[in-house]
Amino acid sequence: MAQSEQLVIERGAPRSLESPERAARASLKGQIGRLERECSAIVADAFPRISPADIPALEADVVGGPCLLTLEELERMRDGLAGRAQDMRRRVDERVAHERSARELLERMRLEPGRYKFVRLPVRELGQGGCGVWEVRPRLGLIGMLAGWWQVKLSSGCPLPRGRAAARP
Amino acid sequence: MADPPPAPERPEDSEPALGWCAREVEQEFPELRLLLVQARVGRPGSLTDGSTPAVEDRLRELSNRFRGAWAVGVRREPVPAAYRVFFRQIGLDPEVLRTPIEAAALERMLRGGFISAGLLEDVLLISLVDTSVPVWALDAECVDGPLGIRQSKEGEPLGRSAGAPSLPAGRLVIADASAALAVLFGEPAPGHGAGAGTRRLTLFAVVVAGVPALYVEEALWTCRMALEQQ
Repeated sequence: MAQSEQLVIERGAPRSLESPERAARASLKGQIGRLERECSAIVADAFPRISPADIPALEADVVGGPCLLTLEELERMRDGLAGRAQDMRRRVDERVAHERSARELLERMRLEPGRYKFVRLPVRELGQGGCGVWEVRPRLGLIGMLAGWWQVKLSSGCPLPRGRAAARP
Repeated sequence: MADPPPAPERPEDSEPALGWCAREVEQEFPELRLLLVQARVGRPGSLTDGSTPAVEDRLRELSNRFRGAWAVGVRREPVPAAYRVFFRQIGLDPEVLRTPIEAAALERMLRGGFISAGLLEDVLLISLVDTSVPVWALDAECVDGPLGIRQSKEGEPLGRSAGAPSLPAGRLVIADASAALAVLFGEPAPGHGAGAGTRRLTLFAVVVAGVPALYVEEALWTCRMALEQQ
């Protein structure tokens, strides 16, 4: 572990507050902290399904620089983060459902390749890295096509950066 | 087998000094701190000239250690996460204005490694990657009195140089007794950062809630020791 969580001093314990507004501000800042950590955890767990580059900036970011936010700005920040967390959870759920259906399709392709002739399924759709593609192809080319011999094959992976010819000595 | 070389001892005055914090800032962020150390440049050459072989080796080692998965996952580590949360609480979106450690991670990915950019930059980068705590350097000759954190006044210049940009009211700044020297988490104002001929530096780091003081002291001490080496 790069930085032990045990070493982090949680200094955000509730303290006596002088006014209701300050209590509200402290509460909002606590909520912002929790939501920000939740969003970070979703991004870190879901990568590469969800890329950090896909996350839009919050509309609440209108202050233009570091400052002490007003109560309204803190509320907008909290609401924006809550919306973002909800949106990211939805994206992750959709992606998980998409990968599940892709895995089911692959299973069906393996069981009955003849029903899925020339169907291609990139491994990225299954939530895996790399450039491989599962494809239903005829065994022995034209003969297999005519005879109905179908098989599921996985392509060899990502293309070489300079092409096959350049890789030769 | 030979004994390993002894670890360098910390100088006696290695304890960082505590900067001041304006009352309204302290009330809003009771755990916000500014820690400072003074450093004297040990080598005779320019601070912006090439680094020592040891520093360049360390950069290469860090480049090899940190890869793509780290660049994405760093945001959930405790110290970077604490800075992200603080960014939100002061109105910054860390997806737009990245925290220093995430900016370094992105640079590492885009450039294929931590590229040496002169002794000072390299030393600050190494301490950032090691601890996730950003450290900034000011030319100590340009600092007038103790440093602290306060809000800017409307139209106040950023720095003391002619043509300094003016700040809007309420911006959080690092300031000395007479002027704002840097926007919080921003680079020092023109003419106040450490340059090629700087011999004495004021190094400072910002401590936010959730960041152990030990990490910050380590970051400052790492920078100071590297800069003071001959």
